[in-house]
Amino acid sequence: MPRKISIPFTGSSTMSQSERPGERRPSQSRGNRLSQFFSSSPKAKDQLSAQQALMAMQNNSTPSITGPGLSLPSISLSTVATSEPHADEPPKTIFQPTSSSETSLQKRFEAQFGPLLHPTHRYVSKHHGEPLQAPVIDEPPYYYVLTTYISYLLLLALGHIRDFFGKRFSKKPLYRTLRAANGYAPLNDDFDSFYTRRLKLRIDDVFARTSTGVPGRFINLMDRVSDNFNESYNYLGTTTETLNMSSYNYLGFAQSEGPCANAVEECVRRFGLSFCSSRADAGTSDLVCEVEREIAAFVGKPSAMVFSMGFVTNASSFPALVSKGCLILSDELNHASIRLGARLSGAVIRSFKHNDMMDLEKRLREAIAQGQPRTHRPWKKILVAVEGLYSMEGTMCDLPGILNLKDTYKFALYVDEAHSVGALGPNGRGICDYFGIDPSRVDILMGTLTKSFGANGGYVAADKHIIDKLRSTNAATMLGESPTPAVLMQILASLKIITGEMVPGEGEERLQRIAFNSRYLRLGLKRLGLIVYGHDDSPIIPIALYNPAKISAFSHEMLKRKISVVVVGYPATPLISSRARFCVSSAHNKDDLDRLLAACDEVGDILQLKFSTGIAGGLKPLPEGVSPENEAAWRRANGLEGVIEAPRWSLEDVIALGAADAKVRLR
Amino acid sequence: MDLHEAQAYLQASLHEISEAFQKVPGSAVLIRYIQSSYQNDPVRSAIELILVIFFVRYLLSPSYPTHDPNYVKLREDEIDELVKEWEPEPLVSPQSALQEAEAEKVPVIVGPTGPKVKLANGRTVTNLASYNFYNLNASESIKEKAIQTLRTYGVGPCGPPQFYGTQDVHMNTEADIAAFLGTQSSILYAHAFSTITSVIPCFCKRGDVIVADKMVNYPIRKGLEASRSTIRWYNHNDMEDLEKVMSKVAQEQAKKKILTRRFIVTEGLFEMVGDCSDLPKLIELKEKYKFRLALDETNSFGVLGRNGRGLTEAQNVDSEAVDVIIGSLSGPLCAAGGFCAGSKDVVQHQRINAAAYTYSAALPAMSAVTASETLNVLQCNPDILIQCRENIRAMRAQLDPRSDWVKCTSDPENPVMLLVLKPEVIQSRRLTIEDQDRLFLECCEESLANGVLITRLKCMPLIDSLGPLNADVNIQPALKVCITSGLSKKEIEKAGITIRHAITKVMTRKTNRQANLSG
Ligand SMILES: Cc1ncc(COP(=O)(O)O)c(C=O)c1O
Repeated sequence: MPRKISIPFTGSSTMSQSERPGERRPSQSRGNRLSQFFSSSPKAKDQLSAQQALMAMQNNSTPSITGPGLSLPSISLSTVATSEPHADEPPKTIFQPTSSSETSLQKRFEAQFGPLLHPTHRYVSKHHGEPLQAPVIDEPPYYYVLTTYISYLLLLALGHIRDFFGKRFSKKPLYRTLRAANGYAPLNDDFDSFYTRRLKLRIDDVFARTSTGVPGRFINLMDRVSDNFNESYNYLGTTTETLNMSSYNYLGFAQSEGPCANAVEECVRRFGLSFCSSRADAGTSDLVCEVEREIAAFVGKPSAMVFSMGFVTNASSFPALVSKGCLILSDELNHASIRLGARLSGAVIRSFKHNDMMDLEKRLREAIAQGQPRTHRPWKKILVAVEGLYSMEGTMCDLPGILNLKDTYKFALYVDEAHSVGALGPNGRGICDYFGIDPSRVDILMGTLTKSFGANGGYVAADKHIIDKLRSTNAATMLGESPTPAVLMQILASLKIITGEMVPGEGEERLQRIAFNSRYLRLGLKRLGLIVYGHDDSPIIPIALYNPAKISAFSHEMLKRKISVVVVGYPATPLISSRARFCVSSAHNKDDLDRLLAACDEVGDILQLKFSTGIAGGLKPLPEGVSPENEAAWRRANGLEGVIEAPRWSLEDVIALGAADAKVRLR
Repeated sequence: MDLHEAQAYLQASLHEISEAFQKVPGSAVLIRYIQSSYQNDPVRSAIELILVIFFVRYLLSPSYPTHDPNYVKLREDEIDELVKEWEPEPLVSPQSALQEAEAEKVPVIVGPTGPKVKLANGRTVTNLASYNFYNLNASESIKEKAIQTLRTYGVGPCGPPQFYGTQDVHMNTEADIAAFLGTQSSILYAHAFSTITSVIPCFCKRGDVIVADKMVNYPIRKGLEASRSTIRWYNHNDMEDLEKVMSKVAQEQAKKKILTRRFIVTEGLFEMVGDCSDLPKLIELKEKYKFRLALDETNSFGVLGRNGRGLTEAQNVDSEAVDVIIGSLSGPLCAAGGFCAGSKDVVQHQRINAAAYTYSAALPAMSAVTASETLNVLQCNPDILIQCRENIRAMRAQLDPRSDWVKCTSDPENPVMLLVLKPEVIQSRRLTIEDQDRLFLECCEESLANGVLITRLKCMPLIDSLGPLNADVNIQPALKVCITSGLSKKEIEKAGITIRHAITKVMTRKTNRQANLSG
């Protein structure tokens, strides 16, 4: 539906439709002396570096937490934000009655970032020594597996029958692109689009739900209906506020208020909208240099470079690193961007079983022993590419295991930390931090800034000589656009919050909350009897659904309970293991997770999702006096060896015991 | 367990198995069949048995050979030795001298970009190196809109478009682009550079045929590579050659009685040359030979035509006649990201099949809104384009006819002026591509020393990726001068003189002359 473009600068433009003006906080209310200084003297404005702009924001927000916040060991973020806009006022005490505008502001803030309910709801994300075990994969009774296969068989058969007749007899536009017409081949192969047309379209309304506003703790979905079986949607003009278990907002930096957003606003006023140029031409600003320095320091590498898209970071880095005569060994579950980059590099690509060190070693030995195909010349380089945290599985890469192999086989290692940076490790510095490994042992650390930092783009961090070379060979830096000022400032401000340089204490709170939330939710779901994939500390928590009909049913049931979740099926997952995925965030608090657990409990019963056997965890606690170390002896004494009770806890017990149990070793 | 027991156990279990087998429906038929066939023709059942065994083996064997034929079997200790001996090359080779010089000279801008920028060394210079053609970056009202968006949406959408990353602002911007261009629909990508790399493989698969201009830019080349289609090249902007290639493809396919998707891929304004395509002719040919046309307007969208709608507007072609239009929102539009416009089917297909759309986070809301706003400006305020074109003319007058060394290959309306060395200069001094690139680097430096920031065409990634196979692609290093309407005509002329003098100075430098005499 093409809309007329309205006259510029008259106010009645595109934005007015989607925006509710009442919600926006008038930005003038922050009587910041520095910002007045900025606007009154344009000369001086230019001389202020990005650092100073940040300092300004820092100064602005620091007084507010000296009030109720700083005396406490934990600083509640909600306090920071609500009093922040009134920095010039004396800090308010808890008992002071709040005005209605303040309460609505507070509500708005809390919709983006929930308040911490109890200081104990924190945990430090850290690996505890012993080698990383692959998570136990539980399987449901055969009934579910069988019905899943039958469902797919039925869907495929029906689809093919409909296609067969549709393509021959139907005049529907659906078939237009599949038929050769007046001399043109069909636009897409029916084989290629079969899945989209025949399987996805049926449940299309659970994908690409349009949202508005900040994808924080809650996300506002635009209500829509379809009266032509999901071919198009009518928007009703209303929105529904749902609990957001779907966004990659790990550290909760998707916010329109608070120190980050203030820094970004200041930055847009100062730097404008864009640098309008590639990095190699005139797109290198002091701001981007500072961001690169900070990222390098954060991930523990001497040097780093940023890109304006994470996908491109991978797609352009592989061609810059390896070429013909090199070998890329890639985990079979690696992201599409890695696969594209590998393909464009011209190197030979082989994949190894997901996180399987034996298989990787086997392939390494074979590769080195056999050399290049046909000529048997030794490989020029071997690059092993893995992800830190896998976004569909919730598994972490076995970095210690890979590094063991690296010492023997001398390959180069590329770790994509798209999901792990920020989300893992006691300091949020990713997978190396989590395992307590010196980042210098990994050659290339790549990551995206789209997720934990609430910004956009990606980075590559490595030794200085590598980055220097990449700057002159990586096409995306030479030719692609540089990141916008707003994005850069969001990265910078969120980084400084994580490290504690800005608003001390807040970063730590965010890191420890996501770690706690991840474990709490995972344990709760296991105890309810659902099959949960992934490692215990991962904030990505997929649960198994199996039957294709449950994909949409689960999503609908959750939406009924005002929770938005991501559901995925084939081809993003293996055929039978369709799943729903929860992305935990620091913005959630225990109430939110309890709400989700209650919903999963109900929906699990309705949809028969509680099919775990207990081998993957969620077991009843050990009786008094039995410690995990002598569990085996206790089982032997009571004849319980090999007896595993399927966990089907009641919701009350899950909620009552979860918080304490999540902080010890999960069972 | 002694022998007898074992035998009894074996018999019992055999009996059990046979009983279980007889319970399976249809087993009696199978047994009867085997019995009778054995009676009639024992040889046949032997053959059948072999067939069955072969079939089972075939089913169990991996679907592709694990080892190629010249696999050498080695002992473990031999492998260990090989592993110990193997020394990989360093991950990256050291920087070349030119790369090092270039890296050193990348200008670092302090503060916002604009017609005048401040550099890290404290100097303020005229900026003729950004795609900020209309200086929309400085527009206070658009900034205000962006900030409003920030206060409603935050910065990043924190998710790919298919998983709650699509926001209402994205849909609005998509509708705005489609309305602006006059196409049915459009789709927003988060990054302009990679848009076409993703769009091409989304439609062209193995076996399809793509006819492409030899001078297409780097992301198109990568898209062509990723598509695995058969690529045919035609000489740059040579419509006769194109027709030859197309008719050959059509004939071949007619002879073999196959019909695959056939695409022409070319650019609106060529990034590597600066000139523009002949769209009416392309449309005529595409319709004659039943090809589809993918037009990369990354450099022409927001530039050509009365309102900046691109090549279609400039050459009076209905935008719906072009099947796929790819454009950028990150250059003169001062936003970020790219888009692809076309029919509903074309767009819908990309939403799940284009890698850079499906597997990457959505564009930040601020940038989407900025794009809508700047499109608005172009639509309602075409005067800024006229002003920019006047500046282009003023600059051209200073450079092209007056310089002994360089000529401008860009279209007269292209604000990105590419200046290449004249053929006679290259010939008489026997300049290699490296030499030319180095000379231009010196020109940039000299010009910057005199207060004008210009840049070079970054052609090395493309040339490197071509390899020796494509030696006939004649990509030339060039100086890149980007015009902006943010400067007055006087200022542009002055800058033009500076650039011209800088070129002359570099070209007549003793060292450069000597280097070439000896070379
Ligand atoms: C492992 C991995 N790498 C790269 C990306 C791409 O990042 P971006 O969304 O910033 O383009 C993703 C995002 O989904 C990812 O999961």
